[in-house]
Amino acid sequence: MPGQEHAKPQRREDEVPDAPEAPPAAPSGAAVKEGLSDDIDSVLDEIDGVLESNAEEFVRGFVQKGGE
Amino acid sequence: MTVRRIMGLETEYGISVPGDPMANPMFLSGQVISVYAAAQGIRSNQSSWDYAFEDPLRDARGWQLDRLSADPSQLTDIEDPTLANVVLTNGARYYVDHAHPEYSSPEVTLPRDAVIWDRAGDAIALESVRLLASRPGQPPVNLYKNNADGKGQSYGTHENYLMPRRTAFPDIVRHLIPFFVTRQVVCGAGRVGIGVDSRGAGYQISQRADFFETEVGLETTLKRPIINTRDEPHAVADRYRRLHVIIGDANLLDVAGLLKVGTTSLVLGMIEDGHLTEDWSIRRPVAALQTVSHDPTLRATVELVDGRVMTGLDVQWLYLEAAKRWLELRGDDPEPEATTEVMTLWEDVLTRLGHDVMSCAGMLDWVTKLQLLEGFRARDGLAWDDHRLAAVDIQWADVRPEKGLVHRLRDRGRTVDLVTPEQVRAAQTTPPEDTRAWFRGSCVRRFGSEVFSASWDSVVFDVPGHASLQRVPILEPERGTRAQVGTLLEESADVTALLRGLATPD
Repeated sequence: MPGQEHAKPQRREDEVPDAPEAPPAAPSGAAVKEGLSDDIDSVLDEIDGVLESNAEEFVRGFVQKGGE
Repeated sequence: MTVRRIMGLETEYGISVPGDPMANPMFLSGQVISVYAAAQGIRSNQSSWDYAFEDPLRDARGWQLDRLSADPSQLTDIEDPTLANVVLTNGARYYVDHAHPEYSSPEVTLPRDAVIWDRAGDAIALESVRLLASRPGQPPVNLYKNNADGKGQSYGTHENYLMPRRTAFPDIVRHLIPFFVTRQVVCGAGRVGIGVDSRGAGYQISQRADFFETEVGLETTLKRPIINTRDEPHAVADRYRRLHVIIGDANLLDVAGLLKVGTTSLVLGMIEDGHLTEDWSIRRPVAALQTVSHDPTLRATVELVDGRVMTGLDVQWLYLEAAKRWLELRGDDPEPEATTEVMTLWEDVLTRLGHDVMSCAGMLDWVTKLQLLEGFRARDGLAWDDHRLAAVDIQWADVRPEKGLVHRLRDRGRTVDLVTPEQVRAAQTTPPEDTRAWFRGSCVRRFGSEVFSASWDSVVFDVPGHASLQRVPILEPERGTRAQVGTLLEESADVTALLRGLATPD
């Protein structure tokens, strides 16, 4: 494959996907609902309720030893 | 041409006690393993892993109590809980690796099964912390499926792929490095902070990229290499190589997890088949790995040795297009549906990333986490060095459904799930049917009290009435399947009958 202008090989600019949906082989009901970003605020509200209240202390306390 | 291959995933979980950063992680990890093993009725002292047959393990058996009847408080009586190391009935290994609990999944053959038994590990981790939390006086222990603490430490999520020994290692290195440098755009888990100790403010695609220092090497904890050369096949050594991949992130989302192992297996298949002939080597690959990771807009470019300049996404397209041509050439796939699923999702995700990164929310870990973080930033005007964003990053990976943010998103239907909760639940205790994991796990389930020790390539029995231990080697990963030994395992009344049956040719 000669040539130097392959910065955009075979990409499908013309195929504009919609919101994510499960592939054909996925179990039914797995598809994400359309309009995800519409309710991001309600997601954030819910997460506010489960986030550690003292973020700074929580982050500082998360100390690990190296692994592997 | 197929995605099918013997493979498995290892996860080291982050471990912490809220409010006590000085808690001993070795001891805590030992408790995590021991409490779960006890609930399963499995011995968890150090002798239960068969490191080598000739080890004088017999005298090391400290614990003879029936584990089911042991009071949980007695678990700390294990001489050294930091050596807790067990084989579970699903064929996995669950043990203390340095300062982390590690779950090494049983061997599977298909990417979807890799996801199922990987998520079974998360469910096992959850059950472990629940069991610990139920013990009176026990401080809560939390587990996190991530790979960095933001203070300079990283711990691994490793992949293992069985390859034929005849494939030349230099070919593997040459063709895999460009793939590994760039596959993070699909399977990165995302991280708040730049640099190993998150000194820089910002967001990057990969948990692990900043921790890599060299291209090829044996180490996993120092001078981490893009290609790890550890060569313990845990199988017939002159036939197989086990490629030990240390560059991946821990995935919590199914699509990213499926593509991580699926696309890697396909690329390995192309290398084995001699299908990749062009050299796509990237200049200064370690720096390129970090360049790609540090740009969530996916515009950053790397330079190939032939002079071409490409984004990470472009390089992934090279591999996908090569795989499509390979698929057209070869019609010998024993698992066409599994291969098609990976190919379809791979193309879908690359297409989406090229069009609108955020359209992969719910599919890819790093994009989904970024969407959440950007939501907080927009709503509350947070800068990237705000502690709340770092807290979101950590809590993202908490294994507890009430705290883990991925769980919260999944419950709201915001994740693309490829496997069902029922499949994950079953995989906690049931091995994959089509590998030797079936034999290993079923032996623990059926004859646990007589299983003296076990490992990837052996099960050792202590047979009543026999002075010597009886070792059954399982060096062929595709032998010991349910089809081969399922009936024998179920019909053997005891270990003696099992061993007699194994010794008798069909």
